[in-house]
Amino acid sequence: MEKRVTFRSAWLPYALLAPQLAITVVFFFWPAGQAVWYSFQLQDPFGLSTQFVWFDNFIALFRDPHYYASFRTTAIFSFSVAALSICISLLLAVMADRVVRFALVYKTILIWPYAVAAAVAGVLWSFMFAPSIGIVTFVLKAMGVDWNWILKGDQAMLLVVIASVWKQIPHNFLFFLAGLQSIPKSLIEAAAIDGAGPARRFWSIVVPLLSPTTFFLLVVDLVYAFFETFGVIDATTMGGPAQATQILVYKVYHDGVKSADIGGSSAQSVILMIIVIALTAIQFRFIERKVHY
Amino acid sequence: MRIKILAATVAVAAAFAAPAQAQTEIQWWHSMGGALGEAVNGLASKFNESQKEYKVTAIYKGQYPESMTAAIAAYRAKNPPHILQVFEVGTATMMAAKGAIIPISKVMADAKESFDPKDYLPTVTGYYSDLKGNMLSFPFNSSTALFYIDRNKFKAAGLPPVPPKTWKELIATAEKLKAAGQDCVYTSGWPSWVHIENFSAWHNVPIGTKQNGMGGFDTEFKINSPLHVRHVGMLGDMVKKGLFTYAGRTNQADSKFQSGECAMATISAGALAGAIKAGKTDWELSFLPYHDDVKGAPQNSIIGGASLWVMAGRKPVEYKGVAKFLSFLSKPEIQMGWHTSTGYVPITKAAYELTRSSGFYDKNPGRDTAVKQLTLHTPTENSKGLRFGNFVQGREVIEEEMEAVFAGKKDAQTAMNDAVKRGNEILRKFQAANK
Repeated sequence: MEKRVTFRSAWLPYALLAPQLAITVVFFFWPAGQAVWYSFQLQDPFGLSTQFVWFDNFIALFRDPHYYASFRTTAIFSFSVAALSICISLLLAVMADRVVRFALVYKTILIWPYAVAAAVAGVLWSFMFAPSIGIVTFVLKAMGVDWNWILKGDQAMLLVVIASVWKQIPHNFLFFLAGLQSIPKSLIEAAAIDGAGPARRFWSIVVPLLSPTTFFLLVVDLVYAFFETFGVIDATTMGGPAQATQILVYKVYHDGVKSADIGGSSAQSVILMIIVIALTAIQFRFIERKVHY
Repeated sequence: MRIKILAATVAVAAAFAAPAQAQTEIQWWHSMGGALGEAVNGLASKFNESQKEYKVTAIYKGQYPESMTAAIAAYRAKNPPHILQVFEVGTATMMAAKGAIIPISKVMADAKESFDPKDYLPTVTGYYSDLKGNMLSFPFNSSTALFYIDRNKFKAAGLPPVPPKTWKELIATAEKLKAAGQDCVYTSGWPSWVHIENFSAWHNVPIGTKQNGMGGFDTEFKINSPLHVRHVGMLGDMVKKGLFTYAGRTNQADSKFQSGECAMATISAGALAGAIKAGKTDWELSFLPYHDDVKGAPQNSIIGGASLWVMAGRKPVEYKGVAKFLSFLSKPEIQMGWHTSTGYVPITKAAYELTRSSGFYDKNPGRDTAVKQLTLHTPTENSKGLRFGNFVQGREVIEEEMEAVFAGKKDAQTAMNDAVKRGNEILRKFQAANK
C-alpha cells in the first residue's frame, strides 16, 4: 500500500510547489513558447521588421541537405560517445572493483576529469591534437599519419568524440562502481562454486544485474552527447570542417547566434524539442520493459 | 559590524558614481585583443585626457561575430553601446538595419563636426558608403591581404630571396622549396577573403551582380566563373602535391608563418604587428600573386578589417561626444600612430602623407605595400568592395565549399557551383527579411 500524506490546507501544497513551478515556467515554458512563436517568423537580426511566414522556416530546413547531414552527424556522434563511454567505464569499474591496494587512489584519479569544465576539456584536447603544434600530432606525424583535423572531417569527429568520452567516463564509472558493489557476493561465489569462469560470471551475472544502471547511463549519455557537448565542440572544431562536427544543438547556436537567423534557428529548436520528447517517451515505454531488474 | 560593511559599501559606491556623474560616458565595444587591445585602450585614454566633458570606455566584447551578436542583443534589450566595431562582412547587415544605426555623415553633421569622405582612400570610402556617397560607418582598422615570404627559407633552398609575382612563378618556386626539403611551402589565411574576394578585385572580375551587391539586395554571386574555378582548382592541386598547407578559416596561418613553419603566406597586412613583436625582420612583403594571362590584372585589392558604427537609441547629448571622439580619431597624427604601431593601413590620405614625410617607410621598408596595393589603380565596380547580406553565413558557405576542394571531396567546378547556389539562397533570405 502506498502511504499518502494529505494537506489539510487547500492552498499550502500549491504554495510549496510555486517556486519550482515558477522556475519551470520562466526558464523552460516561456523560452520554449518564444521559440515556437519565432519559428513562424522571418525577422531581421535587430528585430526591426517581422513577418509572419507560417511554415516557411520549416520548409526551408527540410529542403536543406545540410540539415539532414546534421542529423546524421548527431546520430554518429551521440551513439559513439554513449557506446564508448559506457564500454570503457564498465571495463574500468570492473578493474577498479577488483583492486585491493590503493583502491581509493585509482578511483579518485578516474573520477577526476569529471571536475573539468567541458570547454576546458575541449581546449586541452585541441592543444594536444593541434595540427601544427600538438604533441600527439607530432607523434602521429612521426608514425606517418597525416593528422590535420582542420581539413579532415573524420579526424575532427574523432577528436570531439574522444574529448567528450573522456569527459563522461568518470560519471559512468561512478555509477558502474556503485552498481558492482551492490551485486551480492553470494551470487558470484555460488557461480564460481558451480564452475563458472570469470568471463562467464561477468556475462551471466554482472551484466544482467547491471542492466538497470546501463540503461540509465545510456539515456543520460545520449542526452549528454546531444546537449552538453556544446562546450567541447565550440572550443575545438566549432562545427567544422565543412560542418563535419556540426551536431543539431551546435547548428541551432550557429544559425541563431552567429548568423542571426532567428526564425530558422527557432524552427530547429522546435524540431529538436519534438525529437527529445519522442526519444524520451520511446526509451521509457519500450526499452525499459526489456531491462532486467 | 553590519553597519561598518554598509558604510564601506556606500563609500565604494559613491567613489564609483562620482566621476560618472560629472562626465558623459560613451561606450565603445570592440574586438581588438592582445597588443591591438592595448592600442585601442591607448586611443580611448588619450581622448579622455584631451577633454573633460566625455569619457570613452572601450570594452572588449570578444571576437568580431561575438561583439556584433552582443550589440544586436543589447539593441533588442534597448541598451546598445554608442559605438560598435563591426567587421567588414557585417557591413550589409548593419546598413540594412535602418533605425538601429545612425549614418556617420548624419552624426557628424548634427554635431557640426567637420567630416569629408574625400579625405579617405577611395577603396575605404567605397566600402563603407551608400551609392549616394554618404559614409555610413567610420573606417577604423583596415587591412588588406598581402603576400609574405621568409627570405631565410629561400636562401636555405638556394633560391634568390625574391617574391614570385604570378601564381605560375609561385608554383615553380614552391616546387623548388619542396624539393629542397621545406615541409610547409605556402599557407594562407582567410580563404574566402584572400582567394575569392581579394582575388576577384585583384583580377577585376565581379564577385556578384549589382556592383558586388552595392547596387541592391537583389544581387547574385558570380564566383563560379572559369577564372574562379581555375584558381580554386589550382589551390586544390597544390594541396594534393603538398605545395599548399591549409591552416583554417581565420588567422591560423599567421602563426604558421610567424613561427617559421612556412616559407610563403598570403595573410593580412595586420599580421605585421605580431611580426614586429616577434622581432623577425627577414620577411618581405609584396603584392598578391596574380594570373598573368588575365587582362586587367593586377587591379587593386580590397580592404578587410572593421569600421565603427554608431548605434541609435541613446540620448542626443551623448552623440555630440561620439562625434567629438570620431573627429579625434580621424586626426592625421592619431591615424599615423595607429598605422605605425599596428600594421593596419593609414586610411586617410593626410595620414599616409604624414607617415611618408616622417621617413617611417624609409626606415621600415615594406610598410607601405598595403596602401600601394589598395591604391594601385582607380577602383572599378569590381574592386570597390562588396556588400552582401548575411555575408557571415555567405562567407562560411564559400569556405566550406573551398575546404571540400582542398580535402579532395569535390572538384572545383561543382564546389563553386554549389557555393553560388547556397550563397544565393542566403541572399534571397536576407532580401526577404529586409523588404
